[in-house]
Amino acid sequence: MSTPSIHVGDSTSVRYLLRLADSCLILSQRLGEWCGHGPILEEDLALTNMALDLVGQARGLLTRVGQLDGKGHDEDQLAFLREERHYYNPVLMELPNGDGRPGDFAFTQLRNFAVATWLELLWQRLQSSSDAEVAAIAAKAVKEARYQQQHAADWVVRLGDGTAESKARMEAALATLWPFFNELFVDDAIDAAAVQSGLGPAWSELKAEWQQAMDAVLDEAGLAQPKPSAYVSAGRQGVHSEHMGHMLAEMQYLQRAYPGGVW
Amino acid sequence: MTTPMANTCGRLEAAWEVLRQIPDPEVPVISLAELGIVRDLRETAGGLEVVLTPTYSGCPATELIQDNVRAGLAAFGEIQITMQRAPAWTTDWISEEGRAKLRAYGIVPPGLTHLTEGQPIRFVRRGASARLACPHCGSENTEKTSAFGSTPCKALYRCLACLEPFEHFKPI
Repeated sequence: MSTPSIHVGDSTSVRYLLRLADSCLILSQRLGEWCGHGPILEEDLALTNMALDLVGQARGLLTRVGQLDGKGHDEDQLAFLREERHYYNPVLMELPNGDGRPGDFAFTQLRNFAVATWLELLWQRLQSSSDAEVAAIAAKAVKEARYQQQHAADWVVRLGDGTAESKARMEAALATLWPFFNELFVDDAIDAAAVQSGLGPAWSELKAEWQQAMDAVLDEAGLAQPKPSAYVSAGRQGVHSEHMGHMLAEMQYLQRAYPGGVW
Repeated sequence: MTTPMANTCGRLEAAWEVLRQIPDPEVPVISLAELGIVRDLRETAGGLEVVLTPTYSGCPATELIQDNVRAGLAAFGEIQITMQRAPAWTTDWISEEGRAKLRAYGIVPPGLTHLTEGQPIRFVRRGASARLACPHCGSENTEKTSAFGSTPCKALYRCLACLEPFEHFKPI
């Protein structure tokens, strides 16, 4: 018998925080897939350490979501017992790490740079959240995001401005990822409510600074930016890519098969 | 007979002494007190309340640290552990004794964060960062070999003079 799924309420603050918590959780899972497969030992350590930062941030946020939702769900239940449509991360986070298993290193670094830059801007603003617990999580996370951002930027430049092979891989990664960045900067009623209550910023507010950082790094890497895309994915509304279900099956297996199992 | 007040102070001081002896599980050369993660210690009706703060959001040693504190202070009655995130832990809270112990162990202690805080991140055309002095031979002819190390809080370096590898406790 498997554990039944749990549901979270529709409160705007819960939804706003889940979008961020799930972003950290799902990208952490993707980075964790590199464990033992990094191209060099140092990068194996780096990718798994970054996964650890992200899962730590997700744990803090999910715990807070559980309190705000008021149904007594803890971080583990929220991480492992929701159904696909009740995860609210942008689709960008769930995309496989590029071609093959565990993936493409250039793709992984480019996404890391884009996401760490975005997270750094978001955490910066959340330090003054009206929710004291969210502000405390942000104050710690912003330092971690800065370090990740710096590390990934080094790789984007090194690979973009590297060999013909590494440049080709960066270009391919950029072409694939480009349309998925749009979802990081669209607003809806949930953002508006967060701005209203002081919980956090509207995501669109981060766009200009994010674009500036991207311009600087892609320029240094000698990578041309693709044409703007009109596509906007809808992970924030719970509508995911075909990859999400496979990923959740792997993530949730243990808690579904062994309800309440702990270390 | 001691007054209740002196008794309380004595108990708390004795508990702090225990916390100065409990090693950090991942960097056992320094204690939890020296690492600066014990933010407060209070008397409660049945024992003590210990206020801890995590180092990194995802530090996997957090639960083990709580267990070790509970076990170490068991003689003081019921131990209540409160995790407190704000203000966020900074490496500036590592004590002088802690820094000396790290260095003696071969880990370069972190510099003060006010030196880097508030500065914009430069992704490209960065100036060369200050060279770390090797904890073994003192040479500044060193290089970073890995931005991440065996724990989230450290980076790996090597000395090009004495050829020994060493770790750096990153300032955050």
